[in-house]
Formats: sequence, C-alpha cells, structure tokens
Amino acid sequence: MKKQRLIVIGNGMAGIRTVEELLKIAPDAYDVTVFGAEPHCNYNRILLSPVLAGEKTLNDIILNDDDWYASNGITLHKGRKVVAIDRRRRLVRTEDGLEAGYDRLLLATGSMPFMLPVPGRDLPGVIGFRDIRDVELMLEASQKYRHAIVIGGGLLGLEAANGLKKRGMAVTVVHLLDTLMERQLDKPAADLLKRALEDSGLDFRMEAQTKAILGHDRVTGVRFKDGSETPADLVVMAVGIRPNVDLAKSAGIHCERGILVNDTLQTFDPRIYAVGECVQHRKQLFGLVAPLFEQAKVCANHLAEYGIARYEGSVTSTKLKVTGIDLFSAGEFQGGNGYEELLFQDPARGIYKKLVVESNRIKGAVLYGDTGDGAWYFQLMRDGTDISAFRENVLFGQAHLGDAGHGADNRAALMPDTAEVCGCNGVCKKTIVDAIVQKKLFTLDDVRTHTKASASCGSCTGLVEQILQSTLGSDYSVSPAKKPLCKCTDHTHEEVREAIRAENLKTIPEVMRFLDWKTVDGCHSCRPALNYYLLCQWPNEYRDDPQSRFINERAHANIQKDGTYSVVPRIWGGVTNPKELRAIADVAEKFEIPTVKITGGQRIDLLGVPKQQLPAVWAELGKHGLVSGHAYGKSLRTVKTCVGKEWCRFGTQDSTKMGIDLEKMTWGSWTPAKVKMAVSGCPRNCAEATIKDFGVVAVDSGWELHVGGNGGVKVRATDFLCKVDTEEEVKEYCGAYMQLYREEARYLERTAHWIERVGLAYVQERIVSNPESRRALYERFLESQKSAQIDPWAVLAKESERQHFEPLRKVG
Amino acid sequence: MNVMSDWIEIGRIEDIPRQGARVVATPAGNVAIFRTLNDEIFAVRDLCPHKGGPLSQGIVCGKRVACPLHNWVIDLASGDAAPPDEGRTACFPVKLENERLWLQLDRPE
Ligand code: SRM
Ligand SMILES: Cc1cc2nc3c(=O)[nH]c(=O)nc-3n(C[C@H](O)[C@H](O)[C@H](O)COP(=O)(O)OP(=O)(O)OC[C@H]3O[C@@H](n4cnc5c(N)ncnc54)[C@H](O)[C@@H]3O)c2cc1C
Ligand code: SF4
Ligand code: FES
Repeated sequence: MKKQRLIVIGNGMAGIRTVEELLKIAPDAYDVTVFGAEPHCNYNRILLSPVLAGEKTLNDIILNDDDWYASNGITLHKGRKVVAIDRRRRLVRTEDGLEAGYDRLLLATGSMPFMLPVPGRDLPGVIGFRDIRDVELMLEASQKYRHAIVIGGGLLGLEAANGLKKRGMAVTVVHLLDTLMERQLDKPAADLLKRALEDSGLDFRMEAQTKAILGHDRVTGVRFKDGSETPADLVVMAVGIRPNVDLAKSAGIHCERGILVNDTLQTFDPRIYAVGECVQHRKQLFGLVAPLFEQAKVCANHLAEYGIARYEGSVTSTKLKVTGIDLFSAGEFQGGNGYEELLFQDPARGIYKKLVVESNRIKGAVLYGDTGDGAWYFQLMRDGTDISAFRENVLFGQAHLGDAGHGADNRAALMPDTAEVCGCNGVCKKTIVDAIVQKKLFTLDDVRTHTKASASCGSCTGLVEQILQSTLGSDYSVSPAKKPLCKCTDHTHEEVREAIRAENLKTIPEVMRFLDWKTVDGCHSCRPALNYYLLCQWPNEYRDDPQSRFINERAHANIQKDGTYSVVPRIWGGVTNPKELRAIADVAEKFEIPTVKITGGQRIDLLGVPKQQLPAVWAELGKHGLVSGHAYGKSLRTVKTCVGKEWCRFGTQDSTKMGIDLEKMTWGSWTPAKVKMAVSGCPRNCAEATIKDFGVVAVDSGWELHVGGNGGVKVRATDFLCKVDTEEEVKEYCGAYMQLYREEARYLERTAHWIERVGLAYVQERIVSNPESRRALYERFLESQKSAQIDPWAVLAKESERQHFEPLRKVG
Repeated sequence: MNVMSDWIEIGRIEDIPRQGARVVATPAGNVAIFRTLNDEIFAVRDLCPHKGGPLSQGIVCGKRVACPLHNWVIDLASGDAAPPDEGRTACFPVKLENERLWLQLDRPE
C-alpha cells in the first residue's frame, strides 16, 4: 500500500514533537515532509535565554540535527516559508514556488512577538525575542552599542534584559503596570523579584507607556506618554505574542485569535491538524511548552489513526530562567474573591510563599526564593488533594510531613557532580546531567529509562525532577495532568477501573480489546495491574491469571539475587510456640537451608531455597499447621504486636489478641500494594503502629486507629483516623479501610501515597462519619475474603502441581 | 551450517504455560524455553545479561520477557536487551514437530 503523505508546516518545538510521537507509535504510516521558515534544524527555543546570557551555545540547544531527519526518512525544507495552502487540490506552496501534495497536513506555525503599534517600530535595532536570528541581532548590538531598552516586564522581557546585561549592556526594562510578571506573580513576590534584579544591575521604569520609538537610520531612543525620553541603541519588544494564523486564515481555515482546534487537535478541515502556539483550544491560547507536548501526543495518536486520545487542556506552572533567581508560579495565584491564602514571608532571607486554597484544596501557588516544593504543590493542586490533615505544615514543605526520611528538600543545583542521587542504582548527578544534555531528555520518564535514576524505589524522584529542571532551565518535567496506566494505553488507572465495572469486563484480553490497548498482550506494568483490578472488582468469580503476576506472587516465595527463594511462614501476630519453632528448625535442617533469619516483621525467614524444593518445604511446614506468610505479595503482610495487657505492666488492652484477630481476618487479601499492620498495647507503642498502613494503639478507654503510615523509603507517620471503643469496631473499621483502599487506590500505590493523594478527610468521610458507607465496605471486604483465604502453599504443594517447579527436562 | 547437529526432544508444548516458560537443565546451566501468547517458542540462556537473573521467571509480553530481578526487558528472538540497556543473552534453535519440542544445544546463535 502506498504511504500517506503528511506535511508539517513549522519546524519548531510542537511540530517536531508531534512527528516524534508519531514515529514512536506508527513509524511507517506516513511519508513526512517538514517546511520550516527558519534556516535551522529544530532547536530548543526555551534555551535561547541561556544562549543570550552566554550560559549555553547554539550548538547545545539543537534538538534534532540533520541526521535525525535523514535517518527517519523525513524530507526537511529548511529556510522555506509556506505561503499558500490549496485545500481543494491538497497541496502547499512555498515562497520560492515549490509545491508539495498532502493527505494530512499539520500546522505548527507557532507565534510571533507582538510589536507595539507606535511610530518607529520598523526602525533597525527594534526587534522581538523569538528565534535564533533575534539572538544574533542582540549579540551583535551588544558588541557595538551600550544602551538597551526592553519593553515588557514579563517572563520573556526579563530573560532578554538579563541576557543583554550579562553581555555588557546597560539595560532598562519598561513596564506598563506596577507589577512585574503580573501574569505569574502577585505584588509581594514581584517586588522581591524587582529588588533582586535591581541589585543585579537592571534599571526599571514602571507604569510607563511607550509612545514612540525615536531615530532615523537606527533607533536612538524611546519617548514615553509623559513626554520623557530615554536613549537606546537597541529596543527589544517583549509585550506579548500573537499566534501565527495568517497562512491558515488565507486558506479559509476557521481562526479566531488562534487556529481553532477540537479535543483531537483537528481544525475545521478534517485533513488538517494544528498544534502549538498557533492554536486556540477551548478559548485558550498557549505560551509554554508543557501543554504543547501534551497536544503533540494526542495529535500523533489521531494521525496514527488510533483515535482514542483527547486533549482537554493543561494546568501549567512557570519558572524564570534567570540564574540566581528562584521563582515558581502556578494556577490561580492571585487569590482574592472567595479564596483563602496561606502565606509565609521571610524578607531577610528573601523568601515568600503563597498558597491559594479553596475548600482545603490548593488552587494556585507563588513561591519566591525557595521553590524546592513547587513540584509537590503542583502535584497536590492537579490531584485536587484535600490538605486539611497537614494544612498547618503545608507551607514548610513536604520534608516537614512525617518526621525523618530523606525528603525532597535537597537543592539539586547546589549538589556537586559526584553526589549520588539514586542510592538504589548508584547514579550520580553528573551521569544524569550528561544524559539529559547529550541524549536530549525532557521528561522524568526519559531520565529513568536512560540512567535508571529514580527507577527503583523512587525516593529520589523529586531530586531528579529538580536536576531536570535546573539542567533544562525550565519546567518541562510536569507530567501530564492525566497519567496513563502505562505506555500500552492512554487511559488512567481510574478510567480502566471504571471501564471494567461499567462494561462488565471480566478478563485481561477483554479489557485490552475494549480499551484499544496498543500492545498485543500488555507489558509487565499493566498486566499485573489489570489482574488485580479484575480480581478486586469480581471477587469469587475472576479467575486469577498467574502469568500476569510478578514471579514472587506466582511462586508464592520471594526471589533472591541468586535465583533461589525465601520462605516466610505466617506467625500470627508474632506469637509462636515450641512446636512451630521445632518444625521450622527441622525443615531448615532437613533441606539444608543456608540462612535462617528473624525478619523485621516478627517472623522467621528461610533463605536460599531452590525453586524445585519449594513444594516439599511447604508440605513439611504445612504438616505442622504453618501456612504462607505472603511475604512476597501485594497483600497483607504482617500484623506486628506487642505483649500488651497480658504481661506488660503498662498494657491497657490485649493487643496481642487484637493483632491476631486482625491478621486472621485480613490474611490472603490482595491489595494494590503491600499492607502492614501493628497493634500496640499502650501509647508507648512498642509495635511501631504509627508507621504502619493500619496501626492500632490501645488506650485505657478503647482503641486509637491510625492510617497511612510507612516505615520504608520515606518515613511517614500515620494520620489519626478516629478512636473506637470495642474490638468488634476495630475489625469493622479495619475491614472497611482495607476495602476502600482496595477499591480506590492505584495499583502499586501504598496507603501512605494514596492518602496523601485523596486526603485524610476523604477517608474519614467514607469510614468514620458515614456508618452506612463503612458497613457496606466492610461487608464487601468480608465477601471477597471468602475465596481469598486459601493457603496457596497447601495448594501448590500437591503432587499434581509440582511440575510447575520442576525443569521441563534435564539433559547431560 | 552443520546439519548434523543434534536435536534433543524436550517435551510437549502444553507442558509450558502460555505467556510463560520452563527450563531445560543442562550441565552448562539452564536454558529457558518460552511460549508466547500466540504459541511461538523461543529458547534463550536462563541468564539475564544484567546480573544473571533467571529470565524464565519473568513476565512474558509479546516476544519479550521482563527480568524478575531488575526489570530489564529481553527480546526473545534476538536475546538483545531493550534499549537503552545494552547486553545480549544467547539464543538456541528450537522447533515444534509432531506436537513435540526440540532443542539444539550445541549451537547457540
Ligand atoms: C525479610 C525482610 C528483611 C528482614 O530480613 O527483616 C524484608 C525483605 C524485603 N523487603 Fe522489606 N523486608 C522486611 C521488612 C520490612 C519492613 C519492616 C516491617 O515490615 O516492619 C519495612 C518498613 C516498613 C514498611 O514497609 O513501611 C520494609 C520496607 C520495604 C520496602 C519499602 C516499602 C515502601 O513502601 O517504602 C520495600 C520495597 C518495596 O516494597 O517496593 C521492601 C522490599 C523488600 C524485599 C521484598 C525486596 C525484594 O523485592 O526482593 C525483600 C525481600 C526479601 C525476602 O526474600 O524475604 N521492604 N521491609 C523483612 C520481612 C518482614 C516480614 O516478616 O514479612
Ligand atoms: C526566549 C524564549 C524563552 C522561552 N522560555 C520558555 C520557558 O521557560 N518555558 C516554556 O514552557 N516555554 C518557554 N518559551 C515558549 C516556547 O518556546 C514556545 O511555547 C514553543 O517554542 C512553541 O512551540 P511551537 O512549535 O508552537 O512554535 P515554534 O517553536 O515557534 O515553532 C514554529 C516554527 O514554525 C515556523 N513557521 C511559521 N510559519 C511558517 C510558515 N508559513 N512556513 C514554514 N515555517 C513556518 C517558524 O519559523 C518556527 O520555526 C520561551 C520562548 C522564547 C522565545
Ligand atoms: S532486605 Fe530490604 S533493606 Fe535489605 S537489601 Fe533487601 S530491600 Fe533493601
Ligand atoms: S539481572 Fe536481570 S535485570 Fe538485573
């Protein structure tokens, strides 16, 4: 079949990103031809500011070189501007008369600096700040001349001013209003910024309106509305941008301020798509790359004829790329009408933080001087997390929630190159920075695949994001507001679960078919998730798919680094007896098990068992009543207890029995991630209940229930859920909590992260304040436990099952 | 090409679960025999090029397996690790004839 022809007009960031996304999913769908008015390959426009400031070279910012186009079979016409589109004959024509035909057309013409309509605006020496040409002109001017005026105190204007100053010019920034960067900053933050920039040597003329640009052969100065004049040899206009719509308009494609597109990035002509700053989507125009990259992804999906993705707008955040200035802004940063504002100010240290809050949800943020928590606030904002549980500390940052742990308050920029960033994979800062620069990485995901940093336990994610930002000089890493389950689909966890429920989907292949999975049988990320979601939705009915489980859950033992396994029998509530201990000792001797270890979870681990031996070991343990401890599963692990009232002189309740009861009730249950519990007999809390997923602390008058703790990668102390009186209530609340977590958390999300995402208030509302909801959850939990509480070891130790543990054949 | 090399019968296709693997134990270590969703059969040394993880224990998707130890993804047809990881594990000829699986051990590709 003859390939379709795709023409891309605009060789810039959005257009080429779309082509890249398309090549990823449908590399052979099109013959691609790209027209670019600029005489360059696609480069990183964002980094023009650091180039101007002398921190980067033009070479550093090339994103796709000639080889890239060639090796992907793309025809590139550099320096050729398209001046006409003939939609009837489906071809485009360039200024120099070249014609080319298309089956699909992609408009990615970006935007142009808006030039104020004042006399003199066409004089030599008056320029915008948009492309390499502008930077070259500025550099030239900085060598010959002394005085520069930048009109516009927004992001672009300040970056231009900073660059020109660094190149030795005396720079005055002229701004119409009294607030710099008024679209990102409130007055107090803007004042701090202005002071810092003044200290660095910039001059400002605030609330000044430009009336005319003076000069004959070249600009010589600027006249303001009040009649005053300031001399200038260079004027940079940075008062805004205008989408490039002339070409589209002249071809009769419907435009307002931008080219109108729908949620699939299609224009009014179904063969023509548009992405980037030239578009207008749901009344919105664009000026930052993060949303453009999201558009690129959706558009590629439709060009590839998958037809499932939608672009529904983006939430963006901004940073200013002026070295030494630390500033972050996102969302409804102004506050006012009906919003609440949380403020932190430390003028001496030049720090200002404002969070705009509505109904305990963050709606916007402005940070100045200390932006380490910007990414976290942004996440809370996009997730709509209820912050009431930690509202009093939220301004102090994420590191202040929970006590210890290596939080995210490290300052990436200050780290030495040799500092280890990822402790799991031994990746140091320099490796990450080099990979970002050399391999042109933009996203956290890219950095993970290339360097393995933050790919394991994830505790250094925040730090890697910061390195990404400080290296790229911008906030690219914002993961899309809608995070797909994995690379095999564009659907989120929630959408997948909803489809399973609403469409009555009962098997993994059914789910994949219904949701148009991009791969035949998924990947190692989505298959276990789907298996879990189906099992949770259809308890007692779904037939588990062992091939979609990680080996530990398939073999019911933990795989070790040498390929052998470990065996951890259940020790109910940490209480054992001579008979059990003897049985374990006998097994260890009989099978010559190399290591016997007391675990951190109050039980005993037999390490180094070869796979073939597992069934025999289990059978032997089973004879003495020992069953699987699920030390390997996304399931209930241990319930730690202390000795409690029976022995301890401080004990207030029988914490040991309570722990055993909880373990008997919850064992065997599959959960999104592992679940650990503990019951302490008094507030001395010897069972460490306050770092467990569900912790119970006995007090004289009853039981305190605590949720969402984690003692692992990042320590998080539990949140206090409520207090109850009876043992029966402890069980009911525990079961309801388990079920809520099972039904609503994302696969692999532990309770700590889940609660941080949905907010404690939500959990309390479902479990504490609403008894009906609690009882319904509890009943569903007990129902699903009916078929879950079968000891897998007993099943697999049967002769008929043993072949799965044996080699197919032995030779030699 | 040596047409004389020995084909060893190793079992029936039903002995291996779809999207799964079993091993053939040899004096030189295990060889993992994979069966994909579409009943294609592949044989590779049961040793991940990263740190020697047992590939036979991984999750099989398409014609690839994810190593159980650190999730490198290995292409079953070529033995190559999926980029950006670099490494290769040896592959062996296998065939299905009269419901029986045959493996050739002396000629890793
Ligand atoms: C055996 C044991 C260490 C020991 O010798 O004491 C252990 C061993 C492993 N832990 Fe653990 N953890 C053990 C108690 C803990 C504890 C302490 C506890 O449970 O009180 C913690 C901190 C508490 C917590 O989970 O909040 C703990 C936090 C982790 C984490 C970090 C989890 C997190 O959410 O941050 C991981 C990594 C993971 O799950 O992804 C982990 C993962 C592992 C794995 C499964 C690593 C792996 O994937 O292979 C280890 C399996 C070894 C094996 O074959 O048994 N282990 N691990 C402990 C088994 C307890 C048991 O009886 O079941
Ligand atoms: C100095 C500067 C700093 C910035 N800093 C940031 C930042 O920190 N963070 C951030 O998120 N964003 C930043 N941006 C904005 C970001 O660069 C843009 O959002 C992004 O480049 C827009 O991509 P685009 O593909 O829509 O347009 P462009 O990248 O402008 O690409 C459009 C291309 O189309 C070409 N073209 C136009 N018409 C035609 C035609 N008729 N025929 C052929 N070719 C044509 C143009 O020449 C241009 O090369 C910055 C921009 C500038 C200028
Ligand atoms: S047992 Fe836990 S802490 Fe120890 S090495 Fe393994 S995962 Fe790390
Ligand atoms: S041993 Fe296979 S991924 Fe590490």
